[in-house]
Amino acid sequence: MRLTPRRILLIGVISLAGAIPAALCAQRQRPVVVASKPFGESYLLAEMFSQVLESRGFSVERKPGLGATEIAFGALRTDAIDVYPEYTGTGLIAILHDTLPDSLAADPRAVFAHVASRFADLYHVRWLPPLGFQNTYAIAVTRSTANRYHLRTLSDLARESPHLTAGFTADFIGRSDGLVGLSRVYGLRPRAVRPLAPAVKYQALAAGAVDVIDGYSTDGLLARYDLVTLVDDKHFFPPYEAAGLVSGRLDSQIPGATAALTLLSGRLDETTMRQLNRRVEVDGEDIKKVASDELIALGLVGSVSGHGVRGVQSVQHSGFWRYLWDRRATLAALTVRHLELVALALLTAVIVAVPLGLGLERTRRIAEPTIGALGVLQTIPSIALLAFMIPVLGVGVVPALVALWLYALYPIARGTYTGVRDADPDAVAAAEALGTTPTQRLLWVRLPLAAPVIMAGIRTAAVITVGAATLAAFIGAGGLGEPIVAGLALADTRMILSGALPAAALALAVDGVLAIVELLVAPAHRRKRLWRRRTEDTEAISTSPQVASTTRQ
Amino acid sequence: MPISLAARNVSHRFGNVVALEDASIDVPAGRATALVGESGSGKTTLLRCFNRLVEPEHGQVMVGDQDVRTQSPVLLRRGIGYVQQHGGLLPHWRVLRNVGLVPTLQHMSDSAQAARRALELVGLPAAQFGSRFPHELSGGQRQRVALARSIAARPGVILLDEPFGALDAISRAELQESFDNLRHDLTVTTLLVTHDLAEAGRLAEEVVVMRKGRIEQRGSMRDLIRAPATDYVARLIERARAGLEALRA
Repeated sequence: MRLTPRRILLIGVISLAGAIPAALCAQRQRPVVVASKPFGESYLLAEMFSQVLESRGFSVERKPGLGATEIAFGALRTDAIDVYPEYTGTGLIAILHDTLPDSLAADPRAVFAHVASRFADLYHVRWLPPLGFQNTYAIAVTRSTANRYHLRTLSDLARESPHLTAGFTADFIGRSDGLVGLSRVYGLRPRAVRPLAPAVKYQALAAGAVDVIDGYSTDGLLARYDLVTLVDDKHFFPPYEAAGLVSGRLDSQIPGATAALTLLSGRLDETTMRQLNRRVEVDGEDIKKVASDELIALGLVGSVSGHGVRGVQSVQHSGFWRYLWDRRATLAALTVRHLELVALALLTAVIVAVPLGLGLERTRRIAEPTIGALGVLQTIPSIALLAFMIPVLGVGVVPALVALWLYALYPIARGTYTGVRDADPDAVAAAEALGTTPTQRLLWVRLPLAAPVIMAGIRTAAVITVGAATLAAFIGAGGLGEPIVAGLALADTRMILSGALPAAALALAVDGVLAIVELLVAPAHRRKRLWRRRTEDTEAISTSPQVASTTRQ
Repeated sequence: MPISLAARNVSHRFGNVVALEDASIDVPAGRATALVGESGSGKTTLLRCFNRLVEPEHGQVMVGDQDVRTQSPVLLRRGIGYVQQHGGLLPHWRVLRNVGLVPTLQHMSDSAQAARRALELVGLPAAQFGSRFPHELSGGQRQRVALARSIAARPGVILLDEPFGALDAISRAELQESFDNLRHDLTVTTLLVTHDLAEAGRLAEEVVVMRKGRIEQRGSMRDLIRAPATDYVARLIERARAGLEALRA
């Protein structure tokens, strides 16, 4: 085979793609997998867990910002993660769907005991002793609203609720320990309920767009905006004691890890937590720094810790580019991971969908239903598809890859099928009549002529995949979604952009690389000549009688 | 070496539509026969029986002294030249590679040489046209290339399905002339499908008039004019003649 520049480039692309799976499969010693849910306090507690473990010599893999309760708990049950911070009230209502007699429901110890024993029985999951503070729902209004309507308790709120607009998180609106229960117990009937992202609800309240919001009692922002938290006078909300939730296998697999995590139990009170949250959410301090400061203050970690925390400074007041520059190593690693996810998902999708499209062209009766079924997959929201993956595949890279792969199948299969089906029918018919075999027709005629349409499908799939891969962060697969998810949770625009901008650049870059591949695989007569141009060709066209006759008319 | 063609009592339907009804023809080796009729007359279906693009339900189709059903379709087709109305050149292959297709399929050692010779025969010097893509040629040139492709491996038979049908009148006349010369030089058996009676008379020794899957009449052009077997044949001749007279007037 002659090595033309085109062949060399193709070989390069193929061997690069082949190297990626090898890199992903590299063996490592098993670390403790520490996860969090996507909001500030959860990030912070998970970081404190991680640093305590690291100070005791354990290696840690961080999976911050896992989707929501279903995803984080699903990951724990399937042993995809080892520990994450959870709240007893959430365990009671959102996971167990239990109700306790009123005498017990208000007692934090009773709730903890109930939840701990039920979780051990049902899920083989262990609640560590509580960290020492509660973080219950805080239904909050501005001070002026409280004064105008004389609001002190949730009963007062229910009385005035027909005049008020609520801005609740989607999670809270749907939960039985949220709006549903509040309506039942207090008769809360707001004039309107607006679903708001956690990141914007405080701003919406301060701006007067809504009158009442749901927060967490330890939110740093409650104090910043001088809000009034209404008293739960009917004891509707169960206690939400924070504690580490640990997988059943951690103790046997990594002895001592559970004991290390328990060092934090009983050490954090509500005042401390509110201050720490404020540093993260309001002052924009680095989570690692806030966590290590507190651990040092508690005497749990020596003041000289060896994992680079001291190098990270608050960058609140420096410019955005400076912010990106300071995080270049992390962002580069996230970009590489993102690219690995996209490349592997896309490559496997091409390997499956192109032959599938070719096969369907031979069995056209089932072609449309099959491709239609792949199309239905496209309509499943990415986050839902990722959540479906957890019971089967756990969390991390594998379920993310499967979800991305599923998304990439449709455009590629559709492009291949359509392209091959509609490839120049005269040429295909003539090739058949002159004695080519079906395989020869496929390789010599149909595939080369279909290449532009197939490539269009692959490029569409690639751009979709780069975008969808940002959501992979919700199930702990890493990538550029990690700063996006964390930034959304912390209402930190710079953090969001530090993931979103590289992701956008990556989409353009991937599309650009594929545009070059498209140029290389285009049918010869449509290929733009990069190296030389023949003058003879243009002559042939201008002197052709057909062209002449059309100009005559 | 030219090969004879024969169809014996061939019938075929597509679903409920009768395409061929008890059709029989004979083309002696080295001779040319034209199948003439309107669209839907079955002429193309009959032509396609000879290279097994259509497998008739009844009757026998012979190429040389062999029933086509005893041969693999792929090998059979490699031995038969074929030109269709819209040449069917592979658009992403240069002219020389297009023409060399069948020689390559037959693993001829000098397929490029065979392609060059075929191009010369249709009046397109390989040096000038060989490295062009089909879209860089005129319609008439493309049909010439298709013709060259059909003869490059020197088949004993060529099947032509309205090969000049999509061309303007001048290109058409030029191509008819070069084909006529070519056929005599190569001594190849020819089966031509056309809706144009004048073209049939000019290029073929025998004309077969078809209508609704049946053969109305077979014979030389002279026979047809002298003694049309049916009203349909008479009308067809009348119409062709009227066309010519309109030109003279």
